[in-house]
Amino acid sequence: MADQAIQVKDFRKLYGDFVAVDGISFSVEIGEIFGLLGPNGAGKTSTLECLEGLREPTAGSLDVLGLDPSRDGRKLRNIVGVQLQTSGLPANMSVAEAMRFFCAYHGVAPRYDLLDRLGLAAKHDARYADLSTGLQRRLALALAVAHQPQVLFLDEPTAGLDVESRAELHALIQELQAQGTTIILATHDMAEAEKMADRVAILLRGRLVATGTPRELTATGEGFTKVSVRTEQSLLSSNGTMFPAVHQRSVMDDYTVYYSRDPGPTVSAILGYLSERNDKLIDLRVERPSLEERFLEITALGQTSATAPGQSGATAPLGAGTGKGGTA
Amino acid sequence: MTALVHHFRYEFRTGLRDATLLLMNYLFPLGFYAMMGLVMVQINPGFKEAMIPAMVVLAAMASALLGLPGPLVESREAGIYRSYRINGVPAVSILLMPALTTGFHILIVSGIIALTANPLFGGVVPANWGSFALVTLLTVFSFAGLGCLIGVVAHDARAVVLLSQLIFLPSTLLGGMMMPLDILPQTVRPVSLLLPASHAMQAFHGFAYGLETVTNPLLSALALGASGLIALVLAIYLFNWDSRNDVRRGHPLMALLALAPYVVVIVAQL
Repeated sequence: MADQAIQVKDFRKLYGDFVAVDGISFSVEIGEIFGLLGPNGAGKTSTLECLEGLREPTAGSLDVLGLDPSRDGRKLRNIVGVQLQTSGLPANMSVAEAMRFFCAYHGVAPRYDLLDRLGLAAKHDARYADLSTGLQRRLALALAVAHQPQVLFLDEPTAGLDVESRAELHALIQELQAQGTTIILATHDMAEAEKMADRVAILLRGRLVATGTPRELTATGEGFTKVSVRTEQSLLSSNGTMFPAVHQRSVMDDYTVYYSRDPGPTVSAILGYLSERNDKLIDLRVERPSLEERFLEITALGQTSATAPGQSGATAPLGAGTGKGGTA
Repeated sequence: MTALVHHFRYEFRTGLRDATLLLMNYLFPLGFYAMMGLVMVQINPGFKEAMIPAMVVLAAMASALLGLPGPLVESREAGIYRSYRINGVPAVSILLMPALTTGFHILIVSGIIALTANPLFGGVVPANWGSFALVTLLTVFSFAGLGCLIGVVAHDARAVVLLSQLIFLPSTLLGGMMMPLDILPQTVRPVSLLLPASHAMQAFHGFAYGLETVTNPLLSALALGASGLIALVLAIYLFNWDSRNDVRRGHPLMALLALAPYVVVIVAQL
């Protein structure tokens, strides 16, 4: 408990008869980057907004740094930072004014250095309404971290950002984590989650269908590891030899590509085969299934087999779990 | 304290930077004042006596009823209050700061009117400047409270216009600004006395000018203060952070309680 920043137990959120979140439980450790993934309408934003104290949970318990977000909202404000998916600032408020305004309410000195770092150096006097969407999101992020929160909620933080800004944002997130900040990252961007998150949870129709590290989740699916080989004599592409655990083989450009269930034996066998025939290896690439592929696999299974939220019955199993990862 | 100073400064500047607010805070009331000074005084010389209080009440109505509520609703709809909430800006500040700065803008315009009406248009100056200042403050407080309440209970921008005009238009016609209350037909008088403008005019006439009044000016002044206070308390109570969140305390019709002090005055007059 002491090393947990967030605890969610049997959390449900209903809007009228619509079940947005249906009894989920998870915890986030202090200093962790926790990715909350799911398609539109999965319940990510409802979960975040209840954790942030913007909405009241219908049932279950939420705990953020020992506080109940719906009861201890005021205490929570100075120890959490939030970048909302949909929010705004007054059209006439300038960038520097916004920094002064919110820092004053947090009781800290304005962090103009953050504005400069997030590419807003030349925009201190620009009105919020005159900023591009990307710059508005950068400003929202700067405001979210200006008071050095212990827990940071980021809802689609890189939506609308260019490549450079995304890289800067990722660097900032990692820097914050290194300083001990716990970060909850809700995103559609699987590559971002795979790169940034220590652990991820996948929500589908309000239910938690998988949790684990990105590596654990990708290891538990039906996806195959792609082993691409290029040699001097191209023996592999010409004779159609198959190797252990290989499910499928194809030839692309100068590469022979094997889809393997177990890449270790496959690679060993390929190297042995080439060595025996004196065919020199030029390039060997081993690519595990990405989190995106695993996510699509889980959501596809979920769309066809999950019971609709609000009805009785359990969610169908979605892949086998091993270790920390697996179904929830 | 620093936060409140920053908030006040921001809201005050917004009252000048935002084109709509600039229009409602300064251009419309001062333009209307100039027009009335140039035209109405020629048509009806008796208007000189009511000119200063009438134009002060109009300035208060323009700023507080036509200017103040709109941005409150727009901010709620645009999710700005969500940003405020997650950054610890309390609801009381969100409502009181615009009300306070709107009050300052009204006081500036009132000062301009009070100081220039006589030299420019021959407007009659108050016999008692102290009472004039006090009634002006009460009027500003009352209308600012109502403006906040309209901004809180109005569901959208169209509802703001409707609710604001529901008070603004009858007030200009029946509020004793264009024609004295005592010449209104008896059947219309109760409607007139439901309007804060009527009580503001009665209080100005009774306290600042020492004129005969239809109502007891003390009752009218008390009604103005009580209505403003009830409106502000109700606005804070009914405040909703989020237009997407239907959970709100109390029914919007509770806003009608802000008119209760005027009903009391009507009953007392009977």
